Amino acid sequence: MNPILRQLIIIVVVMAAVLTASAGLIWLERRLLALWQDRYGPNRVGPFGLMQVMADMIKIFLKEDWIPPFADRPVFVIAPALLMVTVLMSFAVVPFAPGIVVSDLNVGLLFFLAMTSLGVYGIALGGWSSNNKYALLGAIRAIAQMLSYEVFMGLALMGVVILAGSFNLSQIVTAQRKLWFCIPQFPGLVIFIIAGFAETHRLPFDLPEAESELVAGFHSEYSGIKFGLFFVGEYLGITLISAMIVTFFFGGWLGPVLPPILWFVIKTFVFICGFILLRASLPRPRYDQLMSFAWKVLLPLALLNLVVTGGIVLAIG
Amino acid sequence: MLSHLRTIWQILRHSFQKPETIQYPEQKPYLAPRFRGRIILSRDPDGKERCVACYLCAAACPVDCIALQAAEDEHGRRYPAFFRINFSRCILCGFCEEACPTLAIQLTPDYEMCEYDRQNLVYEKEDLLISGPGKYPDYNFYRMAGLAVSGKDKGQAENESDPVDVHTLMP
Repeated sequence: MNPILRQLIIIVVVMAAVLTASAGLIWLERRLLALWQDRYGPNRVGPFGLMQVMADMIKIFLKEDWIPPFADRPVFVIAPALLMVTVLMSFAVVPFAPGIVVSDLNVGLLFFLAMTSLGVYGIALGGWSSNNKYALLGAIRAIAQMLSYEVFMGLALMGVVILAGSFNLSQIVTAQRKLWFCIPQFPGLVIFIIAGFAETHRLPFDLPEAESELVAGFHSEYSGIKFGLFFVGEYLGITLISAMIVTFFFGGWLGPVLPPILWFVIKTFVFICGFILLRASLPRPRYDQLMSFAWKVLLPLALLNLVVTGGIVLAIG
Repeated sequence: MLSHLRTIWQILRHSFQKPETIQYPEQKPYLAPRFRGRIILSRDPDGKERCVACYLCAAACPVDCIALQAAEDEHGRRYPAFFRINFSRCILCGFCEEACPTLAIQLTPDYEMCEYDRQNLVYEKEDLLISGPGKYPDYNFYRMAGLAVSGKDKGQAENESDPVDVHTLMP
């Protein structure tokens, strides 16, 4: 087959699959939260309430696309798109199965980190251009939180890079053929998961939104499809971080019997459920607790993990 | 940290618990006999209206949803000429039931009274009045009270002795 055509098909399929999955997560999250809170959740529209997502989508498309008169118009419009685009770009380097990857970059890991860093712009600009104090407060929190958690998100992954000897995500996966990195890199895994929660600003680290303090945080002024973009962007972020946890620490597509793509999907699904479970169980920390936890606990731990891993690899190799 | 893990574990165990939800239109919830729902006006055991139009319920009502007009029939018994409850205002607090001296106004375990038109929530006396005595089967105000009405003079109520003639000197 024509390689360009093949690549185009992969791009379209990946985008469609990822967007559909993220929209489906809205339903999944509501059902799972309900399950853990001894409720049913949406179960009226269609079988198991599955059509609820469609109903919500139709509703959000038909809502008035309101831009507040005091907002900075161009930036206000661009911000949600920016968030979506950066998250979607990160999926370009995710190796779903051998050969099924949009762009097999040699610096895939760095590209992923760079794109999650850019994701903060969508939130920061959204909060800033809203010209609303709550939105601005949310944006300030988002910037500080995401910048500080990014530092050791990268550092936690360096242990993986040392073990795999590559920044290429496909090679990182194949390097786990004997042993998944979740065992030798357990501290790295824990730190990466915590940082991932902060990066996606999900509960318990949803301080940029913090609906009990800041109305809706950075997207207070957004409505209609722009709010929908922020909303789906959040679920895309969850899918991305889960996919990355699987890729870096749980052997990506590797697994017996079942086809590789299925293994990847199953593993990712488990971590997505983990995201929702943590939302159901943990309360939100105070802002200063969040920051001091990042700089005083996680950063030293990540550095220590890096030093120890590097030392062991040097001593053996 | 350990307590966080314990919390997560406990929440995870809820996966296997039955939901508490009552799926309402198909499944009806249990309503206690003293549930405060739709308001009714009850009747005496002998089929007469209990309401004596004393206005106490209207006075007690915190949202002013009760309106009535007193009248008197040929036997000297008071009754409401009209009795109107606006259920779009009513908060089902039950204060009217507590205030009622004749046990006429009562709240029932029924809450399904949705209407598409707000005006239909204004219940008139014929909508409110039921044919039975409600929660108090034996109570009859005029048989208990000392008030004279036609067919029952002073001293003829239950547990009531004859009135004392204050003009006589005899003990």
